[in-house]
Amino acid sequence: MIVENLRSLGHRIVNTVWRIGYASRFFMLILLYSGTSFRRFHLIIKEIFASGVMSLIIILVAGLFVGMVLGLQGYETLKRYGSESALGSLVALSLVRELGPVLAALLFASRAGSAMTAEIGLMKATEQISAMALMAINPMARLVAPRFWAGVISVPLLTALFSVMGVFGGYMVGVVLIGVDQGSFWSQMQAGVDFRYDIVNGMIKSFVFGVAVTVIALFEGYDAPPTAEGVSGATTRTVVQSSLAILFLDFILTAFMFQGE
Amino acid sequence: MKRTTLDLWVGLFVVAGFAALTVLALKVGNLSTYNTSDTYQLQAYFSNIGGLKSQASIKSSGVLIGRVAQISLDSDRYEAKVTMIVDKRYQFPKDTFANILTSGLLGEQYIGLIPGGEEAFLKAGDEIKHTQSAVVLEDLISKFLYSKAEDSQ
Repeated sequence: MIVENLRSLGHRIVNTVWRIGYASRFFMLILLYSGTSFRRFHLIIKEIFASGVMSLIIILVAGLFVGMVLGLQGYETLKRYGSESALGSLVALSLVRELGPVLAALLFASRAGSAMTAEIGLMKATEQISAMALMAINPMARLVAPRFWAGVISVPLLTALFSVMGVFGGYMVGVVLIGVDQGSFWSQMQAGVDFRYDIVNGMIKSFVFGVAVTVIALFEGYDAPPTAEGVSGATTRTVVQSSLAILFLDFILTAFMFQGE
Repeated sequence: MKRTTLDLWVGLFVVAGFAALTVLALKVGNLSTYNTSDTYQLQAYFSNIGGLKSQASIKSSGVLIGRVAQISLDSDRYEAKVTMIVDKRYQFPKDTFANILTSGLLGEQYIGLIPGGEEAFLKAGDEIKHTQSAVVLEDLISKFLYSKAEDSQ
């Protein structure tokens, strides 16, 4: 009994390490075949449409509401200390540094990442990938690399749109609805948000999240067992693992970037 | 390869994304207030800078004229050396005062410049001789308590 449990535990650990190694080789292969896919840029554009443009609605609406909630909650708390004028800097800083990159990447993972996994997994299950390989078309260059670059390009752009919509939502609630002074809202925001320190760091974060989400999604699809059950399991794993990866990477990146002045 | 409606949508998406970045940089961030081309540096030594940070603002009569570039401890004088970047449009006399002030009761700290009366102006790299350190709340309270104690005797 104990031996059996130990054996299954060991099997799991070895399997996990095996998959990590396979995923790293997969990532290297994507980078290796990127040149080929950049020469046929229309493939990347098609995938940007599928993952980036189609995610626009959810990103814009979510950003607006997150900004509105921030405006409302921030106002309630700041009012106690008589510093409602700092609302603009509170909304903008929390969006640009943390909420924008993290929430946009989480939404992208569940909206577009899961679709990528299901698509690649189903292609594999119906043997379209083997058929491609038989026709001497490299599936890494034709299928995987364009999707990777589409995701890496889309996520930072979506993050910027999310943050702007959030600032607009905070402005709507704070200035238009509640009546915080418009001048102090914008001037406190501009005084509080530094371009290099806050905005560029937020964009670096979202770039890293984009790489992590798309690599996880594509790898899970490519590695999925070629059955209906296997594809559904891989889709679930994509959402769970990429969400955890985003939050973990966010902690690491924040610790490196914002360690006080 | 011919143009498709798909290209239009992707183009719109990319343009909107970059427009959002520009809005973030100019409207939300402080990129519009950076004026790296026409500035000059000044130095000042303070015995205590309190909570002053780099990128803190430098004001004269309440108008933003520059930013703190660097803060370090001078190991010869054991005083804080503050490097300031000031807009070239504003020239200050040699006997200008530099004070570390606080905006509001608990706000962030900044450097206020009060011009003196001398004819010659400070040049790039010059040192502001007259400085006043940050007011530390604990010192203030202890002074107050001492004077109270002396009064009651």
